[in-house]
Amino acid sequence: MSDVVERTLSALPGLLGQHDPGAGPGGGPGRVSATSRLGGLIRSITALSSKHEEEKLIQQEQTNLKATVSAPTTTLRLMKECMVRLIYCEMLGYESSFGYIHAIKLAQQGNLLEKRVGYLAVSLFLHENHELLLLLVNTVVKDLQSTNLVEVCMALTVVSQIFPREMIPAVLPLIEDKLQHSKEIIRRKAVQALYKFYLIAPNQVQHIHDKFRKALCDRDVGVMAASLHIYLQMIKKNASGYKDLTESFVTILKQVVGGKLPIDFNYHSVPAPWLQIQLLRILGLLGKDDPRTSELMYDVLDESLRRAEINHNITYGLKALTYVIQQDPNLALQHQMTIIECLDHPDPIIKRETLELLYRITNGQNVTVIIQKMLDYLRQSKEEYTIINLTGKIAELAEKYAPDNEWFIQTMNAVFSVGGDVMHPDIPNNFLRLLAEGFDDEKEDEQLRLYAVQSYLSLLEEEDTFYPQKFLQVMSWVLGEYSYLVNDGDPEVIITKLYRLLKQTFVTSETKAWIMSAITKISSRMPCSKTVDKLMQEFSTSLDTCMRQYAFELKHLCENKELMKNLLPLDASCDEIMVDASLSFLDGFVAEGLSCGAAPYKPHHQRQEEKLSQEKALNFEPYGLSFTSSMSSSGFTGRQSPAGLSLGSDVSGNSAEIGQKETNCLKLDSVRKLWGKEGYLPKKETKTGKEDKTQPVPQDSILMGHVVDLPLTQSEQQVVSLSEEDKEKQQLASTLFVGLGSNNTISLMGKADTTPQKFKKKSKISETQNSKETSSFQNIATLPFSPLPDTAPNNKENFQGNEHLGLRKVSLSSSEVLEASVSFDTSQSLTEAVLDEKLSNCRLSASSLFADSNIEVFQPSQSVPDIVANKAPLSLCLPGELADHPHSEIVELCSSDILTMYSCKVWTDDRLLLILFIANKSISPLKTVTLVFESAEHFKIFESLSCHFPVIEAQSMESCQKCVQLEKICTEGILSGSISYHLDTDTHLEFSLTFSLSDFIRPMKITTEDFGKLWLSFSNDVKQNLKMSPSQGSLSVVLNALKEKLKLHIVEIIGNEGIVACQLLPSVPCLLHCRTHARTLALWFRSSCSALPDSLLYQCQKVMEES
Amino acid sequence: MIKFFLMVNKQGQTRLSRYYEHVEIHKRTMLEAEVIKNCLSRSKEQCSFIEYKDFKLVYRQYAALFIVVGINETENEMAVYELIHNFVEVLDRYFSRVEKWCVMRNDHEVNVNSPYLTKTDTHLSFFFQSELDIMFNLDRVHIILDEMVLNGCIVETNKNRILAPLFVLDKMAES
Repeated sequence: MSDVVERTLSALPGLLGQHDPGAGPGGGPGRVSATSRLGGLIRSITALSSKHEEEKLIQQEQTNLKATVSAPTTTLRLMKECMVRLIYCEMLGYESSFGYIHAIKLAQQGNLLEKRVGYLAVSLFLHENHELLLLLVNTVVKDLQSTNLVEVCMALTVVSQIFPREMIPAVLPLIEDKLQHSKEIIRRKAVQALYKFYLIAPNQVQHIHDKFRKALCDRDVGVMAASLHIYLQMIKKNASGYKDLTESFVTILKQVVGGKLPIDFNYHSVPAPWLQIQLLRILGLLGKDDPRTSELMYDVLDESLRRAEINHNITYGLKALTYVIQQDPNLALQHQMTIIECLDHPDPIIKRETLELLYRITNGQNVTVIIQKMLDYLRQSKEEYTIINLTGKIAELAEKYAPDNEWFIQTMNAVFSVGGDVMHPDIPNNFLRLLAEGFDDEKEDEQLRLYAVQSYLSLLEEEDTFYPQKFLQVMSWVLGEYSYLVNDGDPEVIITKLYRLLKQTFVTSETKAWIMSAITKISSRMPCSKTVDKLMQEFSTSLDTCMRQYAFELKHLCENKELMKNLLPLDASCDEIMVDASLSFLDGFVAEGLSCGAAPYKPHHQRQEEKLSQEKALNFEPYGLSFTSSMSSSGFTGRQSPAGLSLGSDVSGNSAEIGQKETNCLKLDSVRKLWGKEGYLPKKETKTGKEDKTQPVPQDSILMGHVVDLPLTQSEQQVVSLSEEDKEKQQLASTLFVGLGSNNTISLMGKADTTPQKFKKKSKISETQNSKETSSFQNIATLPFSPLPDTAPNNKENFQGNEHLGLRKVSLSSSEVLEASVSFDTSQSLTEAVLDEKLSNCRLSASSLFADSNIEVFQPSQSVPDIVANKAPLSLCLPGELADHPHSEIVELCSSDILTMYSCKVWTDDRLLLILFIANKSISPLKTVTLVFESAEHFKIFESLSCHFPVIEAQSMESCQKCVQLEKICTEGILSGSISYHLDTDTHLEFSLTFSLSDFIRPMKITTEDFGKLWLSFSNDVKQNLKMSPSQGSLSVVLNALKEKLKLHIVEIIGNEGIVACQLLPSVPCLLHCRTHARTLALWFRSSCSALPDSLLYQCQKVMEES
Repeated sequence: MIKFFLMVNKQGQTRLSRYYEHVEIHKRTMLEAEVIKNCLSRSKEQCSFIEYKDFKLVYRQYAALFIVVGINETENEMAVYELIHNFVEVLDRYFSRVEKWCVMRNDHEVNVNSPYLTKTDTHLSFFFQSELDIMFNLDRVHIILDEMVLNGCIVETNKNRILAPLFVLDKMAES
């Protein structure tokens, strides 16, 4: 400790004597005197000089405290002091759990300040799930009913800090009462407590939403402000449900900004700044992507901006600018000199923010300067997180805006050498993929590759330079693949360089594998090499088994150059390799084995099932989706050839495709057959997929090539005489801000591709396939690639173009349409039908789906569309196999004069299907009908959010099906979307569907015995007593009602007890134990998922109320 | 959202800590040591926000005492920056030593890096006093903070309203 403190400490006793620090304005008897034990502790703490001393002191203190708190003679006042001492112990990092129970006691028995300290200690010591917390409930209930407002306040404060979730019903009615209290502080704290409940158990406060509205309109500012926290959360979840409140929020903000609040809400003469921020947050959420709502806000936002004082903290300004720039790049121009100054700011944090801003304004013209700045920063940076973040951005910008090959390779070299082994593995993967797949121009491809090779050769020229492993891997792969492009290069030289690397100690064995593979590739193109011979000699006795194996493989290959050449063809890294996965060449062997009495092979899952059924234990854990993308990051170790890398990144690039089950096997479809029984099959197969797969990405981006006059004039006028330094800065500014201006759109937040991209990746689609279908592998392998994943995003773009128009249209269309759309869904899944759909494009899916069912085309009479009303005509029906499943009625979702959309939910055993019917009522065909769902927080839609029909013929109907999955548990949620079509003009209709939890609940058929086992294994439980109405006579009546409404499975009923089981799709189990007693039904839920019991309880309550 | 609220002195000793998300006790001490190390490494010219792991630190220094608030990305840094000052002003008012805190703040603004070594003894006692105020009244400072921040949200910023419950408690304890 510094001598300052020591000096101070020596003066401490005198200091304390003359000035009692406990004397606050109301310094009453509760204050601490320096001679008390707390005073002693504080004195000792300030005098501490080592960790060891601290430990000794606290141990001593804890021993004393233990004795004091458990002594029956301890007064409450002393106990309060002990609590503060305990808080000190815990604050210094020493757990003092022996005192927890006494904190609860103090809250229970203490008087005012003692009680408050008791509550304080509880809130500091315990966490939400602490078992002792239950002991606090009674005290809280008592205090809530107290006539002393101070006690009520304390109880409300502690409830809003920490409260056991399962005990909420015990206090909820009391707190609701407090909403009508005459004192603002009580009302305010009651709202805060409800906010806490909303956070931990939203379902329990669902019924009091109207009371939140009352709080929002409270005459007191504080109460209103407290309710905003709840509204912020609710609006975050579902902005569309609260659009009607926009005007209220705007009015409130207007009043705040206009200085209508009491003066003590001002902070340094700014009216309630925190309240303003909160309101702006809410308005931001409400106005997002909604021009109509936003328009309501513009005035007040303008006003707020005008009144807000300009703050001088630069980072803040930059942050604001970053966000503003997303809206309007021209604003950056006004502040360019500030930005330049920030770039040279000594504070790295400000520099980083500046780079973040520059990243957003990067375009084809300023990319070199901006990336130079980023690289400069990167080289000084040591922090891992920064490096990862920045390398990613540089790589992204470089790939997108690279002016020429040379620059691109140099930049990527810098990224690899600085980013090293911490950068995201996608960066090298994408880079290699780009090199390998090339882009549209063959000659360009070659030049890029050639330049890469040359630059790596010169880098390797320098001996003893350290490069990161990832960089070395990239180099060796490129050299292995493309070194033949160097005409005058002697392969022997390259091999020597690689060989030298192999001998380096810093090279890891993974990198060595890459290098070996490169050497193998190069040596296949040369007759013989001394270095290779030496290498084989040396490593065939290596202690590293992998290296030894490589050496032997190389040796064998060198003996048969012809085979080697076939095996390692030139520039074939993109060619698919075919493996005969069905191992058909072993059929004979198998047949022989079977005839000799061997047991037939059982697949893994079958074995597992059998094993499970023997054990009678159920496996409810969903089989984890193993994303193939992990291949790309897992690295390629062991025997796998580094050339597989490009395959790996392909897979990860296609993430839309891979959410499916069972993709953890090797992706073998679309792979040519090269290896078979006889080993390598050199005959060339026809490249079926090749032509189809390279779907050119439509170049609908607008070209933005032209340079605009540098918009410097403004600042030039201002600065009459420029110093040298300023001139330099000006120059930098002009290079940085080039291409930004009124005539130029730049890619902002979303980095939309508006600039022609130099390196445009070819789209490559690999189909995911259920392993069940692998038996028909060879057939599938010859199928052409589906173009679907490409078309889907395009549709979306088209659609976005129509959006604005559509929004206005919607306001004109009858609001009934929107209201009429009650919840209906469909769903769909990865059945074969869907696979068909994928392969044959959306348009065909409908017909193929209904191919074998005689669906009648619905032809509504055009003159009387009103007849359709809410219910769909009988001619609408589900296809045969779906109609057998339980399903909802087919209901109209939205409608215009021309088009009507119907929906139907089908509850199959393992999924929820949403079937959508789109009927064209007009007499002319509808063009480009596009159906798009908005992505929702709670739901996930397979396969894609959109569905596209190029044409729907006159008076006919199309349909599509989607599979809906519950991603986050909620009792009810809305999925909205829109449909747009073209007939003379573009029209846009919006619709929304409501899903409730019960849509995703399915019975779980288990035995009583299994129920018992499962029951014990679950830890999340919720209990609740419900009143039974007279009509609900017996337990079995109630349970049958629940079974019917919620699709539960009744396991067994014995007397007045019953057990019920269900599962949430895909397979989250929930168990329910019921018991009737007098006229109450005691429900006890248990599940492996914490949120499920709560939500299910809510559903049960609803069913009980309805029946 | 606010994740934690800390008062730490230049020696790295925690004088107040409040976590709005459960953190195990032994992890707290580690976190606090890291946090103060980060704050101390920054000079007066540098801005008051630090990006630290996956969250941000907003700090202000009052004499030898740092007030550091950990926030996540949804929270507004400036709002928290001013919240800290508001909190200090509330403490001022409660401990009725407004002048002293002002002196400290001025000193803090003028005198950047040199510690209070050069100051006279009276100043020195003042600085130490404010830290002692907090230490001797840890419970009250917590009560004040609980009025201002709950569940990681800023719930009250009106000074009169923040102090009202505590004044009542003090008065009742007196009588």
